[in-house]
Amino acid sequence: MPVTTTASPPSAASSAPSGPARTERKPSRDTAAALGFIAPALLGFVAFYFWPTLRGLWFSFQEYDFFDRPRFVGLDNYSRMLGDETFWNAMQVTLQYVAINIVVQTVLAVLIAVLLQRVTRSVFVRSVVVLPFLISNVVVALLFYWMLDAQIGIVNAAITGLGLDAIPFFGEQDWVVPTIALVNVWRHMGYTALLVFAGLMTIPEGLYEAGRVDGASEWRMFWSITLPLLRPVLALVLVITVTGSFQVFDTVAVTTSGGPGDASRVIQYYIFDLAFQRLEFGYAAAVSVVLFAILAVVAFVQLRLTRANESDLA
Amino acid sequence: MSVQTPVEPAAAGPTRATAAPVQKAPKDRRAGIGRVVAWATLVLIMLVTLFPFYWMLRTALSNGTQLATDPSSPLPVGFTFGAFERVLGLSTTAEAQAQGGSGAAIDFWLYLLNSLLVATLITAGQVFFGAMAAYAFARLRWPGRDAVFFVFLTALMVPPIFTQLPNFLLMRDLGLLNTYAAIVLPFFFMTPFAVFFLRQFFLGIPREVEEAAVLDGAGTVRRFFRVIAPMASGPLITLAILQYIQAWNEYFWPLLVASDRSVRVLTVGLGIFRSQTPQGTPDWAGLMAATLMAALPIVVLFAVFSRRIVDSIGFSGIK
Repeated sequence: MPVTTTASPPSAASSAPSGPARTERKPSRDTAAALGFIAPALLGFVAFYFWPTLRGLWFSFQEYDFFDRPRFVGLDNYSRMLGDETFWNAMQVTLQYVAINIVVQTVLAVLIAVLLQRVTRSVFVRSVVVLPFLISNVVVALLFYWMLDAQIGIVNAAITGLGLDAIPFFGEQDWVVPTIALVNVWRHMGYTALLVFAGLMTIPEGLYEAGRVDGASEWRMFWSITLPLLRPVLALVLVITVTGSFQVFDTVAVTTSGGPGDASRVIQYYIFDLAFQRLEFGYAAAVSVVLFAILAVVAFVQLRLTRANESDLA
Repeated sequence: MSVQTPVEPAAAGPTRATAAPVQKAPKDRRAGIGRVVAWATLVLIMLVTLFPFYWMLRTALSNGTQLATDPSSPLPVGFTFGAFERVLGLSTTAEAQAQGGSGAAIDFWLYLLNSLLVATLITAGQVFFGAMAAYAFARLRWPGRDAVFFVFLTALMVPPIFTQLPNFLLMRDLGLLNTYAAIVLPFFFMTPFAVFFLRQFFLGIPREVEEAAVLDGAGTVRRFFRVIAPMASGPLITLAILQYIQAWNEYFWPLLVASDRSVRVLTVGLGIFRSQTPQGTPDWAGLMAATLMAALPIVVLFAVFSRRIVDSIGFSGIK
């Protein structure tokens, strides 16, 4: 459940502050106690993270329909993907979704965060902007499905009120992905803004004072102080939001079920569809391995960028 | 916006120091205008954030059959509590249908109870077992500790969909499909986030505190429950709130393993409610009443703990 993971930089370096230099205190008793303390979490880890990861890999080389015995098919599932138009379409739809979602969301989040930093730090304002994030995807999806209804939704009532044509937000191929992407921007922008805001709070106030003494405008200070110093935090925030964005499912499942046609059949919905509607479990597992690989590459590249930026900063 | 500032000498010029007093007045005015624009933007963002919630309420208080007559009315159309009544099962089938409901039972109370039960169990398990593991990682010395912790952390990187397909099979093979156990178990013993989050706080508690307890002859278990856990009660509560909200909002996993009516949670129930479209148009008023009530516990929780939640988002607690 990575969604609420408030930015968690893997700080393995700080994992042992007490260090080995400290006096060893009854290590054998500690080990026995530690085993007891860690046993439930270890059980959970092995049973629901480690084992299913291995099993998922294994199934990606099998053909399995939930009933008959799994049959080893080598790399067939992977080679099948190459010629699977629905798969490539799902990839394309997902990428389009991620691009719109992330670009709009990040720009808005930075804007909100800077406003929070420079104008007000009120807890009330911060609470309001983060509120949508605490509401479930399903509720948000239904709410916007109603507000964006082609006939009697309020948004289209406003649009037709201005003398324009109503927009079938969820009903037309060209509109559906941007619509879903923007609905999720609404849900996530405040949360993302708070992550960015936390990063902004680490920028020393003195820099802005110095900037003011030099007569720099707020606009100038944003580009010369805020943004460069924010880059490492922004990269980390992007790792979280991009990986989350690739796994969009709930909104699609509740509103369009992948339609119209395959226009909103994102990769995770396709995996769900393959496994539970078409009962092609092995193939679904293979597609999920590919999704996993993509996310790993994205995270790796972004974290490398972060590190490069950090050396920049010092 | 630059229209308002007529004379704006290049601030970087060599006469900067002497020009400062002269420059002061227009600069302040510009800063003032900038503040107004900034506040206006912020208010606009808050309105965009809050309006959908108002619209949810406005629709829920409307009469379903009259909604189409005035789609842009800012107030409820044909004000009634009918939508809430039919969602809560307080109205007869005829009454419900008269207001645009499907007449089918929605079982809101059942789903609500299921959601409460499942979210509570998940939260309790995660926080308790997560705290135990975090304590072992932060405070006890044992061989392989850092390696095991690193392996735990990698679980943060695995996308849920990847493990959920095999986990579904596991639940099926254990004969647990459509039980509470199936919804709860994968999140019950640990999530990497809970362990990671709490470990950071435990690391920050001064070692001397525990050493005093050691001198008193307290064992590991006693130190954990009597010393560490009370000192970390703040982070424990914060984690509990965050994980409760998360569990309450979970959709994909319960949809996979517990779509059966008797164990259906609210999110899954809402999804099904949406697909029950009686005469072509969905029962929007009923749907909005249901979503409103489904979101209400979270909104209340948030209203009570907003500062705690807001402060927990970010890097501060994690560093």
